[in-house]
Amino acid sequence: MPARRPRARGPSGWMEPLLLLLPAAVIFCAFFVLPLARLVLIGGSGSLGWAAYAVALTDPRYLASLLSTILLAATTTLATLTLATVSGVFLSRHRFSGRQFLVSLLTLPLAFPGVVIGFMVIMLGGRQGLLPSMTDALFNERWVFAYSMTGLFVGYLYFSIPRTILTIMASAEKLDPRIEEAARSLGAGPLRIALDVIVPALKPALVAAGAICFATAMGAFGTAFTLATRINVLPMVIYTEFTLQANIAMAAALSFVLGAITWAALALARSVSGNSVAAAG
Amino acid sequence: MRSSGIAVRLANCARTFADGTRALTGCDLDIKPGETIALLGPSGCGKTTLLRIIAGLDFPDLGGRVFFDDTDVTALPVEKRGVGMVFQSYALFPNMDVAANIAYGLRVRRTAGVERDRRVNEMLAMMRIEDLRHRRIDQLSGGQRQRVALARAIAARPQVLLLDEPLTALDARLRDDLRLEIDQLLRALGITAIYVTHDQAEAMALADRVVVMNKGCIEQIGTPRQIYEFPETPFVTDFIGTMNRLSGEVRNGRLNLASGSIETDAPNGPATLLFRPEDLSLTSGQDAQFTALVTSCFYFGDHLRVTLAIDEHQFLTSRVSPRDPIQPGTRIGCVVENSSLQPAVNDKPRV
Amino acid sequence: MSQTPTRPIADRTPLPSHRPPVSATYWLQLVVTVILCVFLILPVFLSILAGLTVNYFEGWTSGLTTVWLAKVIDEYSNSIGLSLQIAIACLACTLALGVPAAYALYRTSSRIGRIVEELLVMPIAVPGLATALALIVTFGGWGELRQSWVFILIGHVLFTLPFMTRSVLAVMSSIDLNAFEEAARSLGASFWQRMAHVVLPNCKGGIVAGSLMVLTLSLGEFNMTLLLHTPLTRTLPIGLADAYASLRLEVGSAYTVVFFVLVIPLLIALQRATARSK
Repeated sequence: MPARRPRARGPSGWMEPLLLLLPAAVIFCAFFVLPLARLVLIGGSGSLGWAAYAVALTDPRYLASLLSTILLAATTTLATLTLATVSGVFLSRHRFSGRQFLVSLLTLPLAFPGVVIGFMVIMLGGRQGLLPSMTDALFNERWVFAYSMTGLFVGYLYFSIPRTILTIMASAEKLDPRIEEAARSLGAGPLRIALDVIVPALKPALVAAGAICFATAMGAFGTAFTLATRINVLPMVIYTEFTLQANIAMAAALSFVLGAITWAALALARSVSGNSVAAAG
Repeated sequence: MRSSGIAVRLANCARTFADGTRALTGCDLDIKPGETIALLGPSGCGKTTLLRIIAGLDFPDLGGRVFFDDTDVTALPVEKRGVGMVFQSYALFPNMDVAANIAYGLRVRRTAGVERDRRVNEMLAMMRIEDLRHRRIDQLSGGQRQRVALARAIAARPQVLLLDEPLTALDARLRDDLRLEIDQLLRALGITAIYVTHDQAEAMALADRVVVMNKGCIEQIGTPRQIYEFPETPFVTDFIGTMNRLSGEVRNGRLNLASGSIETDAPNGPATLLFRPEDLSLTSGQDAQFTALVTSCFYFGDHLRVTLAIDEHQFLTSRVSPRDPIQPGTRIGCVVENSSLQPAVNDKPRV
Repeated sequence: MSQTPTRPIADRTPLPSHRPPVSATYWLQLVVTVILCVFLILPVFLSILAGLTVNYFEGWTSGLTTVWLAKVIDEYSNSIGLSLQIAIACLACTLALGVPAAYALYRTSSRIGRIVEELLVMPIAVPGLATALALIVTFGGWGELRQSWVFILIGHVLFTLPFMTRSVLAVMSSIDLNAFEEAARSLGASFWQRMAHVVLPNCKGGIVAGSLMVLTLSLGEFNMTLLLHTPLTRTLPIGLADAYASLRLEVGSAYTVVFFVLVIPLLIALQRATARSK
């Protein structure tokens, strides 16, 4: 792929491009950078002052929700990576009729908002959901999981898997088959090849996809909102602080903490892969 | 079909890039109207940078000047210089068909539709690609793209035609055929043309004069014959073709070698003899000036390339008729004509 | 043009090959893939079904009906209309801002360019809640803006702009736009001429893919919109959350069906657009 060439300076060289960037840059500064800066300041303007940021990290209530959010995001990431790798490598290697259709189906949920995914979880595990109905018929007991952390986990899997599968498929397609053939010619079996050749070659994609998955799960809100009640994740806490407690400063401080962790994860992903994919949910 | 070419003159053109690379040191070049000039050199020698400066895609450092005839065009960007350019990758627009690509220069100049179509037809006929008129670019082969790129460049009657390694991307056979066509085209047009290449055969075949470049400097400017027969710098000597070097001691009018001697009128002292492979003939007769051991023979169909060893350190290359019965491992006599003698000893290992 | 000899069509029956027998890992992978597909698609079908049946508890034996759909469209038509309005406005804004920005980023190698690129990606990294909060604390006092749908639009534009820019930028890098521009310049084209004749036509794929992405994301945006909306400016996803909370599964499902009808064609078109550009 041709890289961008260094521009030569000259009469019609460098001025125009920066002018073209101006509208977008202005909008961004006015509506994003400045408001965010203001938010950070507000975070330190409440009754607790700048200590609010420390409280955000140490108050047991907030800490608990932060930790459970991180735990949930981490578990989601691990499960997603495992499942998506197994499927992604499989789909990128084997061509069969209907494969394209299968891939389209798998990636359709990519742009579903969190609320819809919450609803999907309710369809699967809510009081009238599929699984509880089945277990009711089999064991006379409804296994309702939608309104707990399990339900949230299932929801997070739901929007993480399509995204990760796409990334892994794209990376698996670029694997050089000759390296595997060399390993086979030296006598390695399929498990050895998977561990020694495929996973190391996919590692950048796995790290990038994993970081994005983690970041998305950290900031996901719509799913938790729909499944509500007993769930205690950080985005929900922020929301309740703002709307129900009108505690803007605390909400701001917590948002900043959440944003910082998410941004750090994505920065890690970008430094490894040089690219970044959507986070939405 | 003759259009008048213009003279191109470069004065003290140097170019240093933002990261400190000196792509060109101060170059002066005088190109006559209608001439075809080849910029020849290894990669990184600055030939493409020089071409881009003539084009107006790049600008020389302060103090450098570019003239088209008597007009100083140094400050003019490429859009206003009226040059025609053929790029190494052809850069044909994928969103337009062949006819639209060729017409683009005319369209930009707001030439009337009728005149535009007439000119496009003329170009298609000249390049013999009439049946490709409505093809999309990705449906064309390498040779066809080359022709379309040329047609597009000359459709708007440019003052100067600039070609950046146009044949590099093609395979050998196609390259030979197209080289001939380009040569005929340039002569028919009478346009001033500047051609960048790293292929010597191409430069020698197409150019009226060759500019040999190395590491940002112009080493020598001359006709192909001058460059080949009278190289002026060590770089040109070794870059153009192969040069044989034979070292020995001159005493009393004879250059003494390990296995024979050659008559010369050079002063006494160590000296190196320089001559081309085709000037070294092999003989088994008494007229041999010296002998050498044949180490290998490579058959090229139209000639035989023979490597000979004078001693452990000195090797020579000879180019002889393929029908000569020469066997590796035999000792054979050598005769040298058209050589030039250099007083210094040059210990470069020879192939 | 060289022609490799091809077998006549009649001859092109598949040749017998000595493929190794299908291994256990193959079956394992296939099973996992199939389970994932079922997991992802089944709820979609169930909800479509639920939205179209008379009574969900009785299942499809109770008959198909459009009464729920009618109810949804009746109650929530404002929300649906507003979402469409915002999505189209968002598209217009991202085209106007993002395409020139992509070209500028392609051209510039300066540090400013790198900084702007990082900046443009930030709304994806920062959680929607935070962005919305930031907008509220800064502009909440501007009564008219706060109450209007433009407030929601701003949030959407911030979030979707990077997608448009990145999509167009990716296409520009992959086709070596630089060479085309130099060729056009050498033929005398001015800046606007090359934009119109060479740059934009060859970026069409990226613009289309970006547009579809922007539309889809805007229609489904919830996190920011939840905080930015007012009772008078409710969008489709807000209505969805409302419908889900309303306890009547059929209504929520019918509303979801409306959402699918809007979004799934866009997603399919997006998949086709990106596949074609590969």
